[in-house]
Amino acid sequence: MQSQSVSRIGETLDSSEDALPRPEIAGRQARPLRFITCGSVDDGKSTLIGRLLWDTKAIMEDQAATLERQSTGQHNELGLPDFALLLDGLQAEREQGITIDVAYRYFSTGRRSFIVADTPGHVQYTRNMATGASTADLAVLLVDARAGLLEQTRRHATIASLMGIRQFVLAVNKIDLSNYDEAGFEAIAREFRELALSLGVRQVTAIPVSALKGENIVRRGDEQMPWYDGPTLVEVLEKATQRTGQTTGFRLPVQRVSRPGEGFRGYQGTVAGGSIKPGDSVVVLPSGVEANVKAIVTYDLVRNAAVSGDAITLVLDRPVDVARGDMIAAIDQRPQVGRGYSARLVALSPDGIVPGKRYWLKAGARRQRVTVRPVTVLDLATGKWEDATTLPVNGIGQAELDFEEAAIFDSYESNRETGAFILIDPDSLNTVAGGMIDRKRAPGDRLRTLPGADHASITLPARLVEAFLNTDFAKAHRGEIRIEGE
Amino acid sequence: MDVIEHGRGKPPLDPHLKALENEAIHIFREVAAEFERPVMLYSIGKDSSVLLHLALKAFHPGKLPFPLLHIDTGWKFSEMITFRDRVAARHGLDLITHTNPDGLRDHVTPFSHGSARYTDIMKTQALKQALDLGRYDAAFGGARRDEEASRAKERIYSFRTPDHAWDPRNQRPELWSIYNGMIHSGESVRAFPLSNWTEVDIWRYIQAEGIELVPLYFAQRRKVVERDGMLVAADDPRMQLLPEEQVREEMVRFRTLGCIPLTGAVRSQATTLDQVIAELEIATVSERQGRAIDRDQSGSMEKKKREGYF
Repeated sequence: MQSQSVSRIGETLDSSEDALPRPEIAGRQARPLRFITCGSVDDGKSTLIGRLLWDTKAIMEDQAATLERQSTGQHNELGLPDFALLLDGLQAEREQGITIDVAYRYFSTGRRSFIVADTPGHVQYTRNMATGASTADLAVLLVDARAGLLEQTRRHATIASLMGIRQFVLAVNKIDLSNYDEAGFEAIAREFRELALSLGVRQVTAIPVSALKGENIVRRGDEQMPWYDGPTLVEVLEKATQRTGQTTGFRLPVQRVSRPGEGFRGYQGTVAGGSIKPGDSVVVLPSGVEANVKAIVTYDLVRNAAVSGDAITLVLDRPVDVARGDMIAAIDQRPQVGRGYSARLVALSPDGIVPGKRYWLKAGARRQRVTVRPVTVLDLATGKWEDATTLPVNGIGQAELDFEEAAIFDSYESNRETGAFILIDPDSLNTVAGGMIDRKRAPGDRLRTLPGADHASITLPARLVEAFLNTDFAKAHRGEIRIEGE
Repeated sequence: MDVIEHGRGKPPLDPHLKALENEAIHIFREVAAEFERPVMLYSIGKDSSVLLHLALKAFHPGKLPFPLLHIDTGWKFSEMITFRDRVAARHGLDLITHTNPDGLRDHVTPFSHGSARYTDIMKTQALKQALDLGRYDAAFGGARRDEEASRAKERIYSFRTPDHAWDPRNQRPELWSIYNGMIHSGESVRAFPLSNWTEVDIWRYIQAEGIELVPLYFAQRRKVVERDGMLVAADDPRMQLLPEEQVREEMVRFRTLGCIPLTGAVRSQATTLDQVIAELEIATVSERQGRAIDRDQSGSMEKKKREGYF
């Protein structure tokens, strides 16, 4: 029985004329592109991912045969197995018919390989989506062509942009069920571009697709949609840019000190920004001691340069005190060092974030004590930041963080590695929040008063301006407040 | 101290493999730095060979700051054991082997107890015993997320209770490349540096880095018997044949290596790495097809993992 169903699938595979050949094994000239898919079961997300894996030949026959056994041999109208069963890997998920947790999928085309973070769509799984988005270069947002943008589309787009994703693809799915309506598609695309722009995302591609029929996913859908001359989903993914996101100088968070024998002392870590070569001057933080790079050691070679992403062992030209958790950085482009900063948090645990509680904060290889004071919480339905003193689970908010020892950091905007952190509950030891650093907080940093001047400049993130102007204080002094660019 | 360069004259890795290598090295260093008693599970197979190579890279020019642990069921191919001991000697590794003494005493074999019970006693229980004996708080494993559906949901730091149980519904969130290594006494993590690798990546890396493998991965004439749709190796004297089963010689190789009667061979003419990769390029079944233990029941891997299997 099993072998029969396998051969049936084999036929489906062979009869698909436009199917890609199996990916070439030749070397790929880019690192894997990581993307996230957002949408709900109703939008056909499982079918979309299943289609991607199927048409790029990432599903093998025995895996399909396992599907057959689990789905009691039922196929959809196109003779394809039920993809959701393949994707929902946990027993509880199969039983309940829902996706609970982030799953990672792998597929490749002749040009590139991809890692998809497949995340659940419901509001109570915002934290899972944030987890998937934290490493993604691009987000694919899925909507039903007949329903258009929903509140959850706004929510997903907001979370993705907050986590630093700057490339969106809108897959307008089930276009076949809208009779391939061009005007309807254009209206959804237009509305989505406005939404993306309001979140600061300019790289947006909208594609009319039918995941079920495989139109504009891997193969083109010209027959039904002659009016669409844009790229297929896979074409967009193949050409997507990778977020280097690092406009800072050299950064090496020190993971461990290697002292294997007489006379060798190396600092091991992964370069988290910029580049380095022997002879370059560096500073060790937080101590502030300066030194020059003597050698960059790897297993293969003693190298003459290293760039962001490289796992290296750095040797300095003089004996200095360096420990795990320190950072070695470019002498002329230093990260910030301070006892406090403001950041955006995503609360991941059922207890939320409790003001005044001492948490552990881990950033890079550095772990230290911190107290957290939530200031605002984001209303995902409206996109407005409201005043708050606590942060509930799945809540996204801004908070002020205070350290007992110096923190070493960059803003998330300038460096996704050194600008991110997690919070760990000291009792449960669970990871309870992910954080993105906005800026250093210090007296005089927020409020600059020029001697003798009758005004002071306050800098606010653009998204807070409206909230600020809505305060009673601001309303009372409306005439005295100047907004730049107004 | 002179620093040895192992890669003189070798062409650089392509950016895809380089990124995977960098990520794995990062994980190795992080675990070694944060845990008190790490250990690396070593199964002698291709993934373990890649894992070991990456570990050597991560700690170069130093030695590995942890031992290797091999769970020996007593039913491994003899070529595997020879290879294991040679590799350990060459790299000066601290190799620990463990076999479940209860299983030995009760003469537990794949033939007498069936694949599910045998795997539980000689692999899962044996692993738990060895981890408890060594009081290890972190164990590196070579599992990949592309291998099996429940593994697709596993974290890079996979948290285990004092009973070594995995609770898939209560996993720690894992954001960016920041790993939470804080645990209570008695708890442990399994760390998976190869999480984001695929089978093709493994083979391409082996080729690019010239990593030596057990000869069983390459085609050779071997004695096999056909059982439950699998080609099972039959050259071990302890192999018990069922009535009507006939041993014959065929050109075969193995895509994964497990215990003798539970690992299926594939018919193949691929005697070199290039030929193996060429075969992989046109393969239409996954490597785990050759694993009987995955087919015991639906959700089989998740069940075993919950119970402590790695």
